[in-house]
Amino acid sequence: MKKAFGRFYLVLIFAFLYAPVLTLIVFSFNDSRSRGNWGGFTLKWYSALFRDRHVLSSLYYTLSIALLSALIATVAGTAAAIGIHNMKKILKSFVMNLTYLPVISPDIVTGISLMILFVFVRLNLGFTTLLLAHITFNIPYVILSVLPKLKQLNKHMYEAALDLGAKPLYAFFRVILPEIMPGVVTGFLLAFTLSLDDFIISFFTTGSGVSTLSITIYSMARLGINPKINALSTLMFIVVLALLLIVNKRSSANSKNGTAVMNI
Amino acid sequence: MKKGWISYPYILWMIIFTIVPLLLVMYYGFTKTENGTMVLTPDNFIRVMEPTYLKVLWRSVLLALVSTVVCFIIGYPVAMILAGRDISRKSTLVLLFVIPMWMNFLLRTYAWMTLLDRKGLINTLLGALGLPQLNLLYTDFAVILGMVYNFLPFMVLPIYSVLRKIDRSLIEAAEDLGSDTVTVFRKVIFPLSLPGVVSGITMVFMPAVTTFIISKLLGGSQYMLIGNLIEDQFMRVYDWNFGSAVSIIMMLLILLSMGVMARYDKEGTGGGLF
Amino acid sequence: MKKRIASFAVLLLAVAVILTACGSPGTGKGDGSEKVVLNVFNWGDYMCDTVLEAFEKEYPHIKVNYETYTTNEDMYVKIKTGGSAYDVAFPSDYMIKRMIDEGLVKEINMDNIPNYKYIDDQFKNLSYDPDNKYSVPYLWGTVGILYNKTMVTEPVDSWSILWDEKYKKQIIMSDSERDSIGVTLKMLGYSMNTKNIDELEEAKQKMIEQKPLVLAYLVDEAKDMMVAESAAMAVVWSGDALIAMGENENLAYAIPKEGTNYWFDCMVIPSTSKHQKEAEIFINFLCDPEMSLRNVDYIGYATPNTETMKMLDPEVITNSTAYPDLNQLENCEIFEYPGDEVNKIYNRIWTEVKAN
Repeated sequence: MKKAFGRFYLVLIFAFLYAPVLTLIVFSFNDSRSRGNWGGFTLKWYSALFRDRHVLSSLYYTLSIALLSALIATVAGTAAAIGIHNMKKILKSFVMNLTYLPVISPDIVTGISLMILFVFVRLNLGFTTLLLAHITFNIPYVILSVLPKLKQLNKHMYEAALDLGAKPLYAFFRVILPEIMPGVVTGFLLAFTLSLDDFIISFFTTGSGVSTLSITIYSMARLGINPKINALSTLMFIVVLALLLIVNKRSSANSKNGTAVMNI
Repeated sequence: MKKGWISYPYILWMIIFTIVPLLLVMYYGFTKTENGTMVLTPDNFIRVMEPTYLKVLWRSVLLALVSTVVCFIIGYPVAMILAGRDISRKSTLVLLFVIPMWMNFLLRTYAWMTLLDRKGLINTLLGALGLPQLNLLYTDFAVILGMVYNFLPFMVLPIYSVLRKIDRSLIEAAEDLGSDTVTVFRKVIFPLSLPGVVSGITMVFMPAVTTFIISKLLGGSQYMLIGNLIEDQFMRVYDWNFGSAVSIIMMLLILLSMGVMARYDKEGTGGGLF
Repeated sequence: MKKRIASFAVLLLAVAVILTACGSPGTGKGDGSEKVVLNVFNWGDYMCDTVLEAFEKEYPHIKVNYETYTTNEDMYVKIKTGGSAYDVAFPSDYMIKRMIDEGLVKEINMDNIPNYKYIDDQFKNLSYDPDNKYSVPYLWGTVGILYNKTMVTEPVDSWSILWDEKYKKQIIMSDSERDSIGVTLKMLGYSMNTKNIDELEEAKQKMIEQKPLVLAYLVDEAKDMMVAESAAMAVVWSGDALIAMGENENLAYAIPKEGTNYWFDCMVIPSTSKHQKEAEIFINFLCDPEMSLRNVDYIGYATPNTETMKMLDPEVITNSTAYPDLNQLENCEIFEYPGDEVNKIYNRIWTEVKAN
């Protein structure tokens, strides 16, 4: 009895969660612009979407910023995590608080403070400032993903490698890095995802025609209901679904290493 | 590896891109431009204390609280069910639960715009059933609905991850000692899940109180929340001084609520998203 | 484990290669040709796509980057804070004056705009740019009430209908500061450009009173809502009204007897533009009668271009919504920039109305 009720409740919740998404998808094929009525099946919104140069350019920017900022943040964050790991208590807690700052700050404050900084230094808002902003909010998450792995590390392995005659850099790449790699990969994926989905910080730190997908969607939504957005959502949904399924399939195969993106 | 210096570039970066900006915000908040020069003044903060703006603060906190409570009421049972004993399809279920969350935040909000509109799907269905049409979009209800929809996973996942780790034997022991389900829940499960609850509340309340997109798109620009006020001052009115003052107040609000929450989770064992 | 990293790295590399192969839309590097990127900053839904395509075809060395804004104030802040590379913008009258005063726009070399000769004289030498040095007219129109004839029973001839209890939650006001405050001032019988604090306070009170009756404050979304019949009336710009009326026959547009605002949007070159020559080419292109015709057809607003007007359907020209006879419009005003001090008061009023 309890189980049945539980199941029913879960179904309701899932209906609540998926209803909007499914509506968007279904109506992306709607021949009329109406939000309530079905006017026939069509693919015209998809073709309109692909011809929309603004959407395509923002897709390009979104992907390149996400990739670049995630890569740079991962390298910098991993290095930082290693440094932090070896710090003395006081310095460590100072730096950790510093690291938590962007994480707990509301996006709007981060975005605005960065905008103020860039304008103050007379840096023109555009691709560079957008990239700088994304790297800034990504690094902490990389650090937070790598640090736990460093803590689990066996300290003596590195020293053992050195004792055996390995140069420090070689020892790092052959001993430490493989061990912390799951954390590094998680950090990278996390940074990439956060960057892809970001809106508020990007909104305040970009300019000169550089627009991300989120910003484009926002301006399209402010122009009114437009089924092109529906078409875009459907495509994004499919991509996200595919990615998640792939990642989860691989992580369940590697679950012992803890390489799962989401430790479900 | 005693190479602490590796992290120095990072520290420098953070100082430049996190500390300095915040200092600049404080600088703007405490100054005003008079005849071309910046003068130190508390005027901006005094202005925030005016009834109009206090109303804005109050409205933001209220809406955020309501959304958090609704998320909690709806979300806790979900977390419990997901963490329950039906292990076989658990990970798939959780995955399915999380998927909508991975869709773009704006798109999810936009979706509700189309559903709630007077001529949207919900009203069409109501009409088909012969029920009266509802005015749903651009109301308090729409804004709360938007918040709950967007932030529900942030409430469910931390609670779920903490519930999952609860030692089954504790529950069994309580049951063996004669407690009924309700008492087991009250005295064993719920207290143990508290860190997750605290985490969830924090992760919902914070974005809820600072959002401006949900109130703009679903509220029809007539709900001015703190986030809207800040965005407005920076992007339309160009009064950065006042905007900074409001931002500082908002940060204080956040720190305050986090401080309150921290008292309930002293060990910091709250479940996160991962 | 190693295989996973390797395959991942390969994937990343592949993506990076694809991205660079597609070429970035913003830079012309590695193209071989020197492409100038023109950053155009315009109102939403304010230019026909085919015009941009035609422009790029005729001038293959220029690439247009198109960005939009919803109100003059939005545009102003973006340009002021460092939209350094905007080359062409389309502010309205009062905003042009403000930008000229603050040195935010460059003088346009009118010799590079031969098509300027097509602009009707009544749109030249206006108060905001008396010597025609900084702006070239693009489109003009009025502000009025778009209403649904089946939902509104009485004649719509006064702004006070927007305060009618009967239409609670059926009213859409404009999310544009000057427009909504202006409408309220007109309703009270004052000038839309008043600097009188008492009058402004009164307007503020009226707007706060009106809030419970307002469904939402919208700009571009308004016409969609009206076409879908989600509201009974909305404060809109004339071109939006025309488009909406074209999509739904139940809609009509009215200019109340108290008078309204008539506005001009003009093309300017922000002072931080790095491509003045190309900007002028673009502006000239838009003044071409053919191109202007395409825009007018798509957007609905009125054109200041005499040649274009000759090409329009006679029905359109006599349509009072699109082409009201300016001499016949009583009590109509152009917005003026009230100066920084009073502007702050307007800003504050708008913020307080929204915050309430």
